[in-house]
Parts: sequence; C-alpha cells; structure tokens
Amino acid sequence: MKKRKTDAPSAAEKDAVTPAADALASDPAACANVTADCAAPAAESAAEGVVSPTSAPISSAPAPDAPAPRRLRDRFIDGLLLVLAALPFVACMVLKVLTTPASEGVEIHGAQVYFTIPMPIQPLRVSEAQVVSLAVVLSVLFLCLYLTRGLSPRGHSRRQIICETVVGAADGLVRDNMGERFAGFAPFIAAVMALSALSSLSSLLGLFPPTSDLNVVGGWAILVFILITVYKCKGGIGHYLKGYLEPFFVMAPLNVISEVATPVSMTFRHVGNVLSGVAISTMIAAALDGLSKLVLGAIPFLRTVPLFRVGLPAVLSLYFDLFSGLLQAFVFAMLSMLYITTGFPEEKYLERQQKKRAKAARRRAKS
Amino acid sequence: MQLAIAIALGCCALGAGIAMIAGIGPAIGEGYAVGQAIASIARQPESKKDVTRTMFIGCGLAETTGIYALFIAVMLVFVAPNMFVRLITGA
Repeated sequence: MKKRKTDAPSAAEKDAVTPAADALASDPAACANVTADCAAPAAESAAEGVVSPTSAPISSAPAPDAPAPRRLRDRFIDGLLLVLAALPFVACMVLKVLTTPASEGVEIHGAQVYFTIPMPIQPLRVSEAQVVSLAVVLSVLFLCLYLTRGLSPRGHSRRQIICETVVGAADGLVRDNMGERFAGFAPFIAAVMALSALSSLSSLLGLFPPTSDLNVVGGWAILVFILITVYKCKGGIGHYLKGYLEPFFVMAPLNVISEVATPVSMTFRHVGNVLSGVAISTMIAAALDGLSKLVLGAIPFLRTVPLFRVGLPAVLSLYFDLFSGLLQAFVFAMLSMLYITTGFPEEKYLERQQKKRAKAARRRAKS
Repeated sequence: MQLAIAIALGCCALGAGIAMIAGIGPAIGEGYAVGQAIASIARQPESKKDVTRTMFIGCGLAETTGIYALFIAVMLVFVAPNMFVRLITGA
C-alpha cells in the first residue's frame, strides 16, 4: 500500500513536468522571464530544479526496491543541512539579544538599524528587516536542499513524499488559478508564499517580522508589478498603451492611478495585517503586565513577576501571528496570480504570434 | 508650549479613534461574505473546500480599507506624536 502511495505522486509528477516543458518550449520568452524572476528568491526554484531532473528518467533507471543502507556521510550532510536551516534564525536571535537597547516596559518601534553603508544618493541602511529576511531566504534554501537530497524515481522515503506533496500542491494551485499556459509560474508563486509565510512566522521566535516592514513587502509588490506589466506588454506595447485610453481618452489619469494602486494596495494589505498583529499583541502584553502589577503589587517579593504574561499572549498570537500571517501569504500569492493572468491579453498575443510565424515562413520561402 | 503639545497629542489620539470608524465597513462586508459562504456550504456541502478558499481570499480583499484606516491610526498613535512634539519644541 505504501509503495503504491509513493508511486502515484511520482507518476503525477512526471505528467506534470512534461506539459510544463512543452508549454515553456513553445514560449521561450515566458520561460526566460520566469527563470529570471525566480533567481532572486532562489530557494524554491532550487528545489524545483532538483526535482524535475530526477523525475524525468523514470523508465531508464530502475531503482532498487529496498532502500540502500544510508552511509555515515549522507547522514552527516543531512544533519549539516538541517543545522544550516536553523542557524540563520538562531543567529538573528543572538544578534537581536545583543543589540536591543535595555528599555523599561513594553514598547513598539520599527526595525532597528544595524549599520549604514555610504552610497552616492542616500546612505543604505541595513536594518533588522533585511537581516531577518535574508535569514529566511537562507533557511528556505537549506530546507529545500535537505528535502530534495536523495530523491529517487521510486523512492519512498518520508522526505520525498513531503517534497512531492509540496511541489504537487504548488503546481496544482498555479494550474487551477492561472491555467496551463502559466504552469511555469509554480516555482515563483511557491517561493513568494514560502518567503512571506516564514517571514511572518519569524515573529513567533521573537524576531522582527520582515513582513511588517513596508520596504520588504514593497519590494515584492514591485517585483510582481513588473511581472504584471511585462505580461500586459506581451500583446505589443502599442496595445498596452492603448489600454490606458479606454473607455475614453479622458480616463487616462484614472487608469494610471488604478495601475499604480495595484502594488500599493498589495503592499499595504500585507504589511497592515502583520503590523497590526504585532501592535495588538504588544499592547496586550503591556496591558497584562499592568494587570499583574495591579494584582501582585502589594506582595513584596512577587511584585516584578509578570504573572499574566505567561501563556496568555500565546493564545492570541495563534490568530494574530499564525492565522493572519499565513492567510496574507496566501492572499498575496493569489492576487499576484490573478493580476498576472487577467492582465495577459491572450487573443492579442496569439494574433501576434501567428503574424510572427507567418512572417518567418514568408522569409524562409523567399530565401 | 505645554498646552500646544497637549492639544497636538490629544488630536492625534482623537484622529486615530475617528480613523478606526472605517472598521465598520469591512466588518459588515466580511460578515455578509461569511454568511453567504455558510449558506452556500449548507446548500452544497461538497463544495466546501472551494467556497472556503474563495471566502478567505474575499475576506482578505475586503479587509483592505479597514487595514488602510488601521495603518493611519497606527501612524497617528506611534509616529505622529513624536514628530509634532519635535516640531513644536523646535528640537
């Protein structure tokens, strides 16, 4: 039973890979775009890159049914990768503990600036948000390397099943929402989701969540906005610019505003949710601090014990940190999928492709 | 001077409170969306997964205006007072 269960996803994987490869082969420009955009959040795409080659030679390389005894070196590398995945967060926590100035009570402040690098236009400030988001990227990268190690065409290790489930879910989500043409977007969407979710969840470790900084999410939104614009331009730049003059040319300023509003609203939605979660949980912590002082204030030795701050805020952070952060990651990914798909002028694009092909054929006939 | 600072701080707090009136809209909208989702799940229990997913996305979208208001309120409470005090005292 277990074996069949394992075989099914890998077969599905194979099916999933081939049409995607076909779609990308017929549309090399899109392929180039996707890979270029995935280079930045390289983590998930690295996972994808490892997965697809292994699932391709299913028929050619029959794997042994019994798992080979795992060698010491393999085990060592596994452990090393897991440690490396956890290390960035630990390093961030240590950094935070070392650099946070001592303060009385509970307070809310923005990201702490660690150091500034002099730059021609404006000094580049490296703050907590950048450091933690880099830590998240590194952690996801090592986690993916760990999960994709030792994949085999007929493997039924737990790791491979997890890996195939994740990749299959991302593929299915993108296929459902964007259609077959954009199936190559799965790594990008998965990377955005993983980054956003892990960034929001890093507040559970007491770190500054990078998603509550406008700059981090703004960068993602600008990336998505560039993608949207590129795909809108697929039907020709003239067609794209003409879109601003609809329905009348008087509407042009309004159209420009609504175009700019897309990344702005995406940013504010995500940041606002996470930031409000942080603010509310901090305020609740302060209130509980006051309450425990009120209750225990008269007792000499217990005066400084924050009795009500033990455990109670954790229940509230279930909603404000866990649920809200994950939901916003999902919403961000869904919206970017939606905007890219709806902005793409399919008829115009096909028309152009046909024209190009006809032109090429004519040239070939001439020569 | 102190009066000016007090007025500025009080107005910041008042503004934050007034800004959060905008929370009414998303609350009504989300309540309606969730109610409709429950009704449709009751009618077609097999479509629960799709309906729930779509409902969450819709709720995330409907929240936007409330989040804008919240953002302004947070700015007014945590950022603006320092700025005003610095402006008034000339420091």
